[in-house]
Amino acid sequence: MSRIRALAGSTWGRVALGAVLVALAACLPLLALDIPGVLPGPTYTPGTLAVLAYALIIAALALSYHLVFGVAGLLSFGHAMFFAAGAYGLGVLLRLLAPTGIPSEAVFLLAIVLTLVLALVVGTLAGSLALRVTGISFAMVTLAFAQAANVLIRRNVGGLTGGEEGVTLLVDVVPPGLVGVVNTRSLYWLALAILVIAYLVCVWVERSRLGHVVAAARENELRVTVLGIRPYRARLVVFALAAVLAAVAGLGFMLLQSSATPRISASDFTLTLLVIVVLGGVGYRWGAIVGGVVYTLLDQRLSALASSPAIAGLPDVLRIPLSEPLFLLGMLFVLVVMFAPGGIVGIAHRATRPRRRRREDEREDGRPAVMSDMEASTHGS
Amino acid sequence: MSTLLLLLITGVGLGALYFLVASGLSLIYGLMGVLNFAHGSFLTLAGFLGWEVGRRVGDGTWGGLLAGMLVGLVVGALVAAVTELVFIRRLYQRHIEQVLVTVGLGLATVALFEGIWGTDPIRIAKPAWLGGTTDVLGASVPNDRWLLIGAAAVVLGLIVLFLRATPYGLVIRAGVENRTMVTALGIDVRRAFTVVFAIGGAAAGLGGVLASVYYGQVSAHQGTSLLIYAFIVTVIGGLGSLAGAAVASVLVAVIQQLANFYLGGTGDLAVVLALAAVLLVRPRGLLGKAAAR
Repeated sequence: MSRIRALAGSTWGRVALGAVLVALAACLPLLALDIPGVLPGPTYTPGTLAVLAYALIIAALALSYHLVFGVAGLLSFGHAMFFAAGAYGLGVLLRLLAPTGIPSEAVFLLAIVLTLVLALVVGTLAGSLALRVTGISFAMVTLAFAQAANVLIRRNVGGLTGGEEGVTLLVDVVPPGLVGVVNTRSLYWLALAILVIAYLVCVWVERSRLGHVVAAARENELRVTVLGIRPYRARLVVFALAAVLAAVAGLGFMLLQSSATPRISASDFTLTLLVIVVLGGVGYRWGAIVGGVVYTLLDQRLSALASSPAIAGLPDVLRIPLSEPLFLLGMLFVLVVMFAPGGIVGIAHRATRPRRRRREDEREDGRPAVMSDMEASTHGS
Repeated sequence: MSTLLLLLITGVGLGALYFLVASGLSLIYGLMGVLNFAHGSFLTLAGFLGWEVGRRVGDGTWGGLLAGMLVGLVVGALVAAVTELVFIRRLYQRHIEQVLVTVGLGLATVALFEGIWGTDPIRIAKPAWLGGTTDVLGASVPNDRWLLIGAAAVVLGLIVLFLRATPYGLVIRAGVENRTMVTALGIDVRRAFTVVFAIGGAAAGLGGVLASVYYGQVSAHQGTSLLIYAFIVTVIGGLGSLAGAAVASVLVAVIQQLANFYLGGTGDLAVVLALAAVLLVRPRGLLGKAAAR
């Protein structure tokens, strides 16, 4: 009895902790916190809020990738496609629906719903084909699909996607509260809401039968099959769900940035997502969030550093590597993979938990279980 | 008719370029189970250094081009061997991490190349003959295609010779077949890993220099964009199969050329569809082993 109570207590404790964190994050636009070197300015300024909102959107996207990679153990190289579907879907549909004469609020809602339906359809189609193969072949098929999507977007097929220039948000049909620098605050709250939704969906999926089936199939596909469960369908549902979540993040991105360029559908963007999830810690929900926020802030600060006079004065050998944020982030990622496979959250866990109470899905060396599971399914016999 | 012939020959020329990249990828995957995302960077670096040396020896002359090709081969082999020794070897038997490390290296090095040589493509000069065309049964075939086809044929021949006629080749072939057995026989397969990486890197390096001839320019993203096609070729041909890579690179490039011409520039999509079709009908690829691990 006491054990159950303790469990309930810890669960409610976690909920309370989460609520406090969200409340704190929601209060940021009302405060004048200034963390020099981390944030570009005080938290109430639109510039800082835009950076933070972008970080939250990327964290939500990373959470959706966590469902595919961290939970289901599927190494997908095509996740950016769904993010782009969300961003481009909203931009293009608003342009298509605006001249029809429907009231602007209805146009906005209709565009959002249709975008999510589009993401669901694309996710289900791509997933149903790609999931017929596993391991490295799955990675390659998803990479190829994303590449095809990227080509379609860049080629401006049907004159909808605007080629290299991309699509801009049609602000006439967007609710006025979400437009302009003055309203960066509400966009920040929107981004926070998207992140909370993504987190709750992740919790729900991971605790549901569905989540247990895909996690079990990741650990030992044969055993799941012998139990009479077909992992294919469960994986497809998770894959499609993650696609819709990524599209939700894409919607937020479009509203925040007011434009989408083909960059967000490129394979490099998915690779960045992989970097984020591994940097934060594979297999941890918090890892995706921490990774997304840390990566975005680092990227932002390193870019600022690159254009600072201190760097410009250095000799070429130092100046060139230091003025390329992606070079530094890439090398940081390599170091994390080689020396701290559990990522940031993995390090935190190892530091705070005594050896014997460590989670059973971690090995002695702190290597996440997801990686050894995936290995067994791709290369084991 | 002459159009079709032209498309076929240029397709084989592009296929030759794909093969130079895909051969190394396929060998590396076959022996070590590593999908090397840094392979494109070997290619780009060799392309840039080959160009830097080539233009100093003689810009737009055969001497310069040959020097560039030589530099490309050496740079590719060295960088690949160093990558294997420093990064891949430490993660022995951890395939997912090995892939992740190559992903990180790929992203980081492209950024570094952008920092050194700029984001815009650099136009390069090439020997006059390569800019001309040869008449084959009424089709005017650009001459640089012959260079590509010749280089790829030589590389294929050399790799096959190496695999068939040298002790290392024997170890590598056996390792692809059954690595555990080779290790059990007391042979250190890991030394073969470095050799395979160096060979793959050399082929990619040569490919990098020739790609800059083919496109008439060299840019930081050249390797990455070719790498995606090389992946597709490798998977279609069957991961780990050199012959499969050769067949698939020609097949993919010809499909791409034909679709680009006859189906209104849909070459990239046709290639992706071909990949999807092959994987669904025959997941192990055209010439892949039945139990490809």
